[in-house]
Amino acid sequence: MKHWLLLGLGLLLLLPPARAQGKYSTRAGLIRFFSGTPIEDIEGRSTQAAGMLDLTTGKVAFSVPMKSFVFKRTLMQEHFNENYVESDKYPKATFAGAVVDFQPGQLPGAGPQRVQVEGDLTIHGVKRRVKVPGTLELKDNHLLVTSKFNVAPADYNIEIPALVRDNIAKSMEVTLAFSCDLTPTSQTAVAR
Amino acid sequence: MSFLRLSRLRCLLGGLLLLLLGTVPARAQDDDLLKELEAKVADSTRVRAPDFTQATFKGTHIINSQSIETPGEGTLLFLIQHRFGTLNSGAYNFFGLDQAVLRLSFEYGLTDRLAVGVGRSSQEKTFDGFVKYKALRQSTGAHAMPVSVTLLASSALTTLKFRESERTLKTRMAYTYQALIARKFSPSLSVQLMPTLVHRNFVDTRRDQNDVYALGAAFRQKLTKRLALTADYFYLLPGATATDLRNALGLGVDIETGGHVFQLHFTNAQGMMESLFVPHTTGNFFDGDIYFGFNVSRAFTVKSR
Repeated sequence: MKHWLLLGLGLLLLLPPARAQGKYSTRAGLIRFFSGTPIEDIEGRSTQAAGMLDLTTGKVAFSVPMKSFVFKRTLMQEHFNENYVESDKYPKATFAGAVVDFQPGQLPGAGPQRVQVEGDLTIHGVKRRVKVPGTLELKDNHLLVTSKFNVAPADYNIEIPALVRDNIAKSMEVTLAFSCDLTPTSQTAVAR
Repeated sequence: MSFLRLSRLRCLLGGLLLLLLGTVPARAQDDDLLKELEAKVADSTRVRAPDFTQATFKGTHIINSQSIETPGEGTLLFLIQHRFGTLNSGAYNFFGLDQAVLRLSFEYGLTDRLAVGVGRSSQEKTFDGFVKYKALRQSTGAHAMPVSVTLLASSALTTLKFRESERTLKTRMAYTYQALIARKFSPSLSVQLMPTLVHRNFVDTRRDQNDVYALGAAFRQKLTKRLALTADYFYLLPGATATDLRNALGLGVDIETGGHVFQLHFTNAQGMMESLFVPHTTGNFFDGDIYFGFNVSRAFTVKSR
């Protein structure tokens, strides 16, 4: 009996603390990018971005299917997938990184907390190390994550033909807004 | 006593194992969280929408034939189709460029799958209207579909003045029913099959068929991202029409610029809608009865998404 008790105690110790730790995730994050030029504005918007944040380690990951971006004009959407990001070849854009100088004790409390996140951003099959600003806020058991940064298509080998060079911005503004829920531990996730 | 010691050992081992398991994520790379995320997303693919194949063809028309594509919801497409005279008409006619047959049309996407269109051809002063519906869409992922099927129904009305007895509205009508079956085999190769029925209410002689059946085939091979070779061909099923007339063949290139698609082609058919080219083609492609022509489309966003 005694060893079962010890084992149980051990298990209890391993369980994550009740609040504000563990993994937060979403499958319905918003990612929007915007290219503004005097000729035309191009905006793509996806609400199918998946994101995960581990508040015990400070690790961050997100992934978005390129085909989930919706544009105002259907032709823009087709061009985006066919000619620019080549969605058939590179179906997803991903990010894997961590909060810079993350300390487990320093959890986001009331109000948004500014952080820097550094990691690998992969778009169009090209992986680049980036450092982007963002905010974290813990509110009603949801972790709200926002970020705004710039991405230059040229950095990711996205060719823009001379004919439309003036229509597409050199640098696009990417906005990210995720509302993440506390993820059940991986064991239960596997068991479904 | 020995039992207690053994159990203690087991307990210790168990604890160690748990500790080890617990420490694995902490030592892992940045990518691990991404992998976990991807696994989690993949796990939920069953409930996700299937991944539809996009842009099987560049335009709503391939050369003479329509493609499985429709303008998306809220998009109005203005299409100009043009065929010059035959190349073998000699220098006097500037190799056909002196002549022209034109079709202007508007196509509108009511939804992403349903489109309607109206057109006017200068050949036989024909007005036409059509409905096009994407019944099946090629997709991968959950409930994968190997082909796209678009159904097309169109009617044509000739407004030509006839010298002999004036013809009634009914005798001026022709109808086309088509199933467009396409598959995008790779990002560069797309193939389309088109079983076609053209029904003409009125034909010139008793020998002529009112119902003409044909099997069409079309393909597109991309050379670069913005340049593609295209071809379409309509095989008339045996009958009087097939004996008297020729199968329509078109060879072309698609050139895509920002908001336009230019389609340049050579074809032995001068008509630009099904009931005008399927049962009406007289030119022999290999004798130089070739019409140079183009399709240009411009898309306008009427209702943005």
